[in-house]
Amino acid sequence: MKAWYLQPAAWLGASLLLLVGLAALLAGHLYPGDPLDMVGVPYVWPGRQADTPLGTDLMGRDLAAGLAHGARVSLLVGFSSALIAVVIGVLVGAVSGFYRGRVDAVLSRITEFFQTIPAFLLAIILVAVLKPSLGTIVLALGVTSWTGVARLVRAEFLTLREREFVKASVALGAGDLHLIFREILPNAWTPVIVSTALLVANAILSEAGLSFLGLGDPNVVSWGSMIGLGRDALRTGWYMTALPGLAVVLTVLSLNLLSDVLHAALNPRLSRGRGRG
Amino acid sequence: MLQRILWRALQLLGVVLATAVLNFALLKALPGDLVDVIASESGSVSAEYVAELRQLYGLERSAAAQLVSYVGRVLQGDLGYSFRFGEPVLALVLQRLPATLSLVGVALTVSVLVGVLLGVAAARRPHGLADALISSAATLGYSAPMFWTALMLIVLFGVRLEWFPIAGVRDISAGYQGWRLLLDQAWHLVLPALTLSIYYLAVYVRLTRAAMIESLAEDFVRTARAKGAPERTVVWRHALRHALLPVLTMLGLQSSALLGGSIVVETVFAWPGLGQLSFEAIKSRDLPVLLGVLLFSGVLVVLVNALVDVLQARLDPRIRVTHRAPAQGVPA
Repeated sequence: MKAWYLQPAAWLGASLLLLVGLAALLAGHLYPGDPLDMVGVPYVWPGRQADTPLGTDLMGRDLAAGLAHGARVSLLVGFSSALIAVVIGVLVGAVSGFYRGRVDAVLSRITEFFQTIPAFLLAIILVAVLKPSLGTIVLALGVTSWTGVARLVRAEFLTLREREFVKASVALGAGDLHLIFREILPNAWTPVIVSTALLVANAILSEAGLSFLGLGDPNVVSWGSMIGLGRDALRTGWYMTALPGLAVVLTVLSLNLLSDVLHAALNPRLSRGRGRG
Repeated sequence: MLQRILWRALQLLGVVLATAVLNFALLKALPGDLVDVIASESGSVSAEYVAELRQLYGLERSAAAQLVSYVGRVLQGDLGYSFRFGEPVLALVLQRLPATLSLVGVALTVSVLVGVLLGVAAARRPHGLADALISSAATLGYSAPMFWTALMLIVLFGVRLEWFPIAGVRDISAGYQGWRLLLDQAWHLVLPALTLSIYYLAVYVRLTRAAMIESLAEDFVRTARAKGAPERTVVWRHALRHALLPVLTMLGLQSSALLGGSIVVETVFAWPGLGQLSFEAIKSRDLPVLLGVLLFSGVLVVLVNALVDVLQARLDPRIRVTHRAPAQGVPA
């Protein structure tokens, strides 16, 4: 197998993500106006008019402007809610795996309970109860997607806790906080990093789903809400649905590719015994 | 075995209790209560009548007392009454359950069967041509939002080609009977089930491929080959049996995500199942219905996981306790 940075998946993933990132950064510069404003005639197909190269939607809004501004929302929601999920997951998993016993039993039951509730349904409920806005969407997606990280970190802590270097640190009189954050956690990052890329990808998918269902922030344009609006013109102008959907697919694809590459590069079990099997 | 059954029963009870408490907390977090909703729906209501209603539903008591009586009723199987739909919640949920079960059941069966087959085919030669094609397609299917896949399928197969119907469970105007009705319903199931399958298929292809690659490198596979077992037996009996363990674990973990996925698919295809019901309940703040759906989903998840335990113990005699392997991914 080639080194990770030579794989086409790594290059494709990185360049796609870079492209989306650039679109998000330059959105305000390229399309300074409000992307929710009308700029021309509605129902212009892509490639028909020079000033709106990707066409206009059924309210006469520029699709290209919407896509660029939507990239901001997707990346913002994706990364911030993944951050919340990682923080909760690492804390729950670390405390669970470090203290074990009764603390672990209680936290594990809570984690299992959250796994029995459909995460997307809970996110919908939370956003509906708290009123849709970027903040509540980030919060809802964050607090519903931490269970996977918690389980991973717990498993890492359970084994790392028994290792010599931790015992040596205990012998030197280190406190619990020092052991958790300075000794064990730095050695438990690998699986967390791999699943963080997946968390961002899933959060972007969920955000699109929420705004498609009409539970997005009404003040910003998001790829999901563009798809929801385009759905009304599915028969006559399916490009209005196809284009924002493609933006979601490419962004999520880039994150999934990067997660796969990271997984292969950081997982020593995959590099051994490759040969014929 | 008895211990495991007891453990699962306890877990079931825990899920029911926790869901009831969670739902109660949500109910209390919302501005206004049940009586406010009834009052606003019926228009002008006197203050005395509102107070009387509060008395009737026990809303003047402390939150703790309300919680106790609420949980007590849930444990007796009384899920409450939906004012939006004008029906008892239990009847409503049972009436919507078959649509979701048939949709999810078909989609999941197709995904697991085809996914395992393709995953094994890809793992036979990692980084070969077949693997490259299968893995790329799976990664792509894994990256598309389900509602968008649904809409694109509608454009292609519903609007352009007009092969399949795009909404509902049957053609109501045709008034079919018997096997013709069954065929019509199967016809309506194609696009929604295909949408769900594309996503879940990708999940199982990726999982099976990874598990098979690890499994084929294990010592027992080398032993089987050394004994002179034919390649077909080695792959399908020895290696796959081992690789199915994480696949089953994922099946158990995913059982809760399935309802989440069916919300968008049922909404797009006007499929009258639990997903659509729960979304309607959220929009109209019909919390008893929401509790009913959450409870059913929780019970279903616990049962599926119990089944996964049994299957895994059958596949791997070393597994005796309920502790399962960690998940491979975090599906939406």
